[in-house]
Amino acid sequence: MSNVPAELKFLSSHEWVLVEDDIATIGVSDHAQELLGDLVFVELPELESSVSAGDSVAVIESVKAASDTYAPVSGQIVEVNDELEDSPERINDDPYGDGWMYKIKMEDPDEVGGLLDAEAYTESIEDDDDD
Amino acid sequence: MHLDLAAKRTGEFFLLTTDGYVMPSKTPLYQSHLDASAKMVDFAGWDMPIHYGSQITEHHLVRSDAGMFDVSHMTVVDVTGDDAIAYLQNLLSNDIAKLKTHGKALYSCMLNDHGGVVDDLIVYFINDSFYRVIINSATRDKDIAWLNAQTSSYSNLSLRERDDVAMIAVQGPAARERALTIFADNQRAPLESLARFMAAEVGEYFVGRTGYTGEDGFEILMPVDEAASCWQQLLDAGVKPCGLGARDTLRLEAGMSLYGTDMDETTSPLISGLGWTLAMSDERDFIGKPALQAELDRGVQQQMVGLVLKDKGVLRNHLKVVTEAGEGEITSGSFSPTLAKSIALARIPAGVSGEVEVEIRSKLLKADVVKIPFVKQGKSCI
Repeated sequence: MSNVPAELKFLSSHEWVLVEDDIATIGVSDHAQELLGDLVFVELPELESSVSAGDSVAVIESVKAASDTYAPVSGQIVEVNDELEDSPERINDDPYGDGWMYKIKMEDPDEVGGLLDAEAYTESIEDDDDD
Repeated sequence: MHLDLAAKRTGEFFLLTTDGYVMPSKTPLYQSHLDASAKMVDFAGWDMPIHYGSQITEHHLVRSDAGMFDVSHMTVVDVTGDDAIAYLQNLLSNDIAKLKTHGKALYSCMLNDHGGVVDDLIVYFINDSFYRVIINSATRDKDIAWLNAQTSSYSNLSLRERDDVAMIAVQGPAARERALTIFADNQRAPLESLARFMAAEVGEYFVGRTGYTGEDGFEILMPVDEAASCWQQLLDAGVKPCGLGARDTLRLEAGMSLYGTDMDETTSPLISGLGWTLAMSDERDFIGKPALQAELDRGVQQQMVGLVLKDKGVLRNHLKVVTEAGEGEITSGSFSPTLAKSIALARIPAGVSGEVEVEIRSKLLKADVVKIPFVKQGKSCI
């Protein structure tokens, strides 16, 4: 069973969000990295670009497939994890730590209320497994 | 993010039973895969291991040491009888008359009347009236129908599908040494001296020094009920299980074609990098030969090449290739663990060499046209 930290918020499309004041740190869940397998390339958003919740802003590629990842909240990209450029496997090794992808300075922190909590995300991936 | 590619069974290859349930087939090693914590996926109607933890680790293991693959889903057909030679000479675009030594293997395509590829296969010459043909699993039903449809002119011919055998491919620089340890002392000698692309029968086992990884090794056929114990003995000998994921990146690095992806019934071997398998020069007629001759006479318009991506990113199947002489298409693209770059097989206009561009997410990225293979016996060729 994959790890779903209680302090994080999630999208059902497997992105996680850590909220600290008005900064949201985003990555992909342990469940997602496990299903994708070994990651070999990550295309991150451009620094200082503006994104809206639901935009496709980053692409992560495993050996087998490319997957779009979506911005969970709206705002400006204020930091990206450059280490992933040469070491995309950090997402496999430590999806909630060294494998973080980018940070958004949120326009509207209320958007966080619309995200899944750990319990709801766990239920959503269990539903997936039952398919 | 959509995870359907990796996570979900597509269902499209499932066999529909009469009462509407879908039932993937299981190889005799199904339980062995579960015991080894395999991640199972649907592959052409078979429940198969895609990896046992890390596809890239398994890939490197085959390049540096030894790994094994369950390939029991592949289809084995024994062709016997005095007419076997004449039948196969008509059926295959390569010429089995090249096989002079018992046990020798030959890679060939079988073509339709338009020169398109019905399937690619390996045929082993066991004796003058006994050939063993190994064809793909995804194409099994249409292949069997095709094989049967070509038999009518031959009276002394028998085709028998061998669903009573399982197959394990042991591949890598240490593969033969490790695999030999599972055989009894008196069985080992013929296998130790087995030359490349040759096979030998030892007891109920049929062992070919062949593979689909670009490494040395064996492909071992055995009775179904011995598969699990053979697998266990190989594990005990230090051979690690590897999934279909690594098998695909290994064969791509080795420049080996994958049926249904790099060639199919609409593409001739001449534009699929398989011209070397065509025995055109002699008097022999075979299915598809007139169409191939016509294509040669007109001038072959496309070529299969290797691409190495210079920019960051990953080449994928069906991406558009832009060249000075027109567009082409990637037929197999992935990430090469050995080269730590993205590589691909691509069908592009004939005569193009040097640098081309590949369109990835509306951007044009630069790639070099290279000769295949990309990797041979663990070493980079580019």
